[in-house]
Amino acid sequence: MKLFEFEAKDILRKYGVEVPPGVVVGKTDDVEARIKEAGLEPPLVVKSQVLVAGRGKAGGIKLVNSVEEAVETAKRLFETPIKGLKPSYILIEKAIPHDVELYAAIVIDRSERKPVVLASRYGGMDIEEIAREKPESIVRQYIDPFVGLKGYQARLIGKKIGLTGKALASFAMFLQALYRAFVEYDAELAESNPLALVGDKVIPLDARIIVDDNALFKHPELRTARVEESGEYTEWEVKARKLGLAFVELDGDIGVIGNGAGLTMTTMDLVYEFGGRPANFLDIGGGASAELVKTAVGFLMEMPKVKKIFMNIFGGITRCDEVAKGIVKAIEELGGLKKPLVVRLSGTNEEEGRRILREHGLEAYTDPIEAVKRVISL
Amino acid sequence: MAVLVGEDTRVIVQGITGREGSFHTKLMLEYGTKIVAGVTPGKGGQEVHGVPVYDTMEEAVAEHPEANTSIIFVPARFASDAVYEAIDAGMKVVVVITEHIPVHETMKFVNYAKSKGTVIIGPNCPGIITPGAAKVGIMPGHIFKPGPVGIVSRSGTLTYEIAYSLTRAGIGQSTAIGIGGDPIVGLTFTEAMEYFEKDPQTKVLVLIGEIGGDMEERAAKMIEEGRFTKPVVAFIAGRTAPPGKRMGHAGAIIMMGTGSYQDKVKALEKAGVRVARIPQEIPKLVEEVL
Repeated sequence: MKLFEFEAKDILRKYGVEVPPGVVVGKTDDVEARIKEAGLEPPLVVKSQVLVAGRGKAGGIKLVNSVEEAVETAKRLFETPIKGLKPSYILIEKAIPHDVELYAAIVIDRSERKPVVLASRYGGMDIEEIAREKPESIVRQYIDPFVGLKGYQARLIGKKIGLTGKALASFAMFLQALYRAFVEYDAELAESNPLALVGDKVIPLDARIIVDDNALFKHPELRTARVEESGEYTEWEVKARKLGLAFVELDGDIGVIGNGAGLTMTTMDLVYEFGGRPANFLDIGGGASAELVKTAVGFLMEMPKVKKIFMNIFGGITRCDEVAKGIVKAIEELGGLKKPLVVRLSGTNEEEGRRILREHGLEAYTDPIEAVKRVISL
Repeated sequence: MAVLVGEDTRVIVQGITGREGSFHTKLMLEYGTKIVAGVTPGKGGQEVHGVPVYDTMEEAVAEHPEANTSIIFVPARFASDAVYEAIDAGMKVVVVITEHIPVHETMKFVNYAKSKGTVIIGPNCPGIITPGAAKVGIMPGHIFKPGPVGIVSRSGTLTYEIAYSLTRAGIGQSTAIGIGGDPIVGLTFTEAMEYFEKDPQTKVLVLIGEIGGDMEERAAKMIEEGRFTKPVVAFIAGRTAPPGKRMGHAGAIIMMGTGSYQDKVKALEKAGVRVARIPQEIPKLVEEVL
């Protein structure tokens, strides 16, 4: 789950990092009053809180010279989609004059299976751009997850990006706070870009944290109704998340349900290969109950862009009889099949599953290729 | 011969009294896997399908010192604890079936296992099977048969699909390993390939990848550098997946410019690997190199 900039900055502030003074406003807030309450003096920066990269270039960040201008700009930004997303919040901050913009991030390196600190003297552009234009400037330091980021490592990284004296100490303290946030919030990514060098201290002008979805149970404070607010998901993706379905919306008209991510992706690939267009990715995962299958089938039956459904099930931990029961329940609750449904069943308890479906007038396929051709021909 | 599990495998099932643990214990026993004990804290003294249950791994190993492999069905919140318990009890191979383990926890126990010489398979995986000898996992046993093809895969159900199509084509398998769909897993493609390289039974390797990460590219590099010398046939899932979206598996995401289908296929083809467009082409491609 991606955190908003203001949330990431709140976390860093909690760990002792000095962040620019600012205030977060919602659509219905009295922006002028909120700015004055916060004691913010122009010049100010008005920042759309959307979870997309390249927000500044897309017009989501504006420098203003008066409170009135800030109010106007905030109003306008609330109505301005940035890469298709309209913000629910806007962050208004004191502008921080600075000369140097650094880059600092901590991510999980999948191959090394360790956290890695990435830092560069040349912040302000995204990491892919830095990697293209100044690859030699990127400093990489792998961290032993049992030891954590030590002070000397943080200083060494600072040194390698050209910092000295008090600035070096300030950077090292910042990096350790960032590492703490990375660990304590189970982050996949903790990043500041740009990280401004102001005199002899560093101040994060932007901050980004992505929390591992599997660790959200440890952070109940982060879970407040944010799926809609994030703007990251389509209407049907939001609905699916609420139902606990692993679902991605695509642009075709054939609803796809599979068990297991690899098989479900392959099912999409098969639909394309034989000339159809998948409307979605929906993975019922391993060991799906009849209840979950019912929810998944019912969900696609209701989704208008889905004209027909292809279910591709190969049972391992998933039992074909449970899947069949779920399909039957969905049909019963909907009072009959609303759209054509083609089912392919193989694997654990396959015969029992087939029998249950047959009793309800549905014949399941064994061969996925025959099944996919059938659904496309309908 | 086979890879990592075989005739000598003696298994402890962690989380044996749960719904999935108990169900798959039954299926593994029916397949012929030698399960010597189960562990569920607080359930010591019970039996599940005739298998004695202990409260701790230490007790289980004390009673069954021949145990060398564990399989974990423990829910995500408690799964990493179970992994450490298995490593400290001296298991050589630990298969982690559990899905949704926080990645920071996996990162730690994978590093810990490495320092102790334990092989972790998973998490979020279907396990490992040496057809005819031992099944330590949740795959349907009847779709496999003994033979010359090694399988290593990031996807569970796709492994079944492909193994089944091989079996129907009369081609058996040496060992099939589902390494799991998480961003960080224990055994990687290249590590698994080191085992298959040394296994005389394995004549061809089928590699089943998906978008996200760079494990396929690393496998390609290993082949190019001559560190894996047997013929390899591959399939990569996610040709039509949009970038930036997580496709079910936590690890299946194209991000920061890496992990795309095209990059993986290009790297593999450059290394001389035949890449199938659909899984059903695999048996034909295997026959050509067998």
